Amino acid sequence: MIVRIMGEGQIEIGPNDLEVLNALDTDLEAAIETGDEETFRVRLHDLLDKVRHVGKALPDDSLESSELILPPADASMDEVRAMLGDEGLIPG
Amino acid sequence: MSVMKRLSLIFKSKANNALDKMEDPRETLDYSYQRQLELLQKVRRGVADVATSRKRVELQINQIEAQSRKLEEQGRKALGVGREDLAREALTRRGGLQTQIADLRVQHDNLQAEEEKLTTASQRLQAKVDSFRTRKETIKATYTAAEAQTRINEAFSGISEEMGDVGLAIQRAEDKTASMQARAGAIDELLASGALDDYSGQRGDDIQAELDRMGGGHDVELEIARMKAELGQGSTPKSAIEQGPAQQQPQPNQQPQSNQTQQLRQPGEGL
Repeated sequence: MIVRIMGEGQIEIGPNDLEVLNALDTDLEAAIETGDEETFRVRLHDLLDKVRHVGKALPDDSLESSELILPPADASMDEVRAMLGDEGLIPG
Repeated sequence: MSVMKRLSLIFKSKANNALDKMEDPRETLDYSYQRQLELLQKVRRGVADVATSRKRVELQINQIEAQSRKLEEQGRKALGVGREDLAREALTRRGGLQTQIADLRVQHDNLQAEEEKLTTASQRLQAKVDSFRTRKETIKATYTAAEAQTRINEAFSGISEEMGDVGLAIQRAEDKTASMQARAGAIDELLASGALDDYSGQRGDDIQAELDRMGGGHDVELEIARMKAELGQGSTPKSAIEQGPAQQQPQPNQQPQSNQTQQLRQPGEGL
């Protein structure tokens, strides 16, 4: 499966690693719901570090679409909330 | 719904909307390629804007450092002619400028990091656009509607994701740069007017201002003692630990600020 970390590019990860990523993603979602910026930052970095650790980066000129997309490492909680809103990220 | 899933859905729905607008897949390819080229231009402009802001901050740091050196020299001269009150004033002002320089260095580092990120994103997008162009021509050359639609969907999803990603990076850089630009403009005005009087940026916080003054004053005393030692007017300064708690120095006679400034200035130059 291909995951995009925004601002960094795409990473391919094996199906066996999905479970642990899902658990980290659930923690991240919980942090966003509670509105705790500090916990959010820790959870986001945990998730991104895990993806980088278990995955393999795709070349820059590949044109695969990602199955999962993650916010950039320095995104604020408000920015992630905006990304999850109806408008999304891409204009139009 | 999870963060990962929702972000993916946002991209996928955007890509599908764009594809749905087109009748002929070959038109979709050409339209998409044009949009990619436009975005590349925008990315390059974004990188140039951030680089301009960074250079501007560098220039300001250099200007304020020059002022800081001038004040130190003036302090030395004032002490040489026995005007310790003027020397203290000059060194106090120099302390304020050092704070400004530290703040500007932080801004400079932020801009540099943003510039590097955008440059990387720009290079990555360029590689994707080149790859897309090759694939686009291949698909058009071997066009059959059913087969092309599948391949276009794959390629288009990949590139639209990247476009959204880079678009966000530009937007974030622009937001950060906008606030820095406003501040840089204010500093430019202060530099131009020769003022830069409110170093603390903490008006209204009397306690903090007093603490800063005491701390700053201690540094000034050390500088004064050091300069006196250079000029052979006193003993070498003790370290902060040797001195123990900072002694409150008697305040010099209060003179109007403008008079002190007049005596510190060289003809024809601002402070």
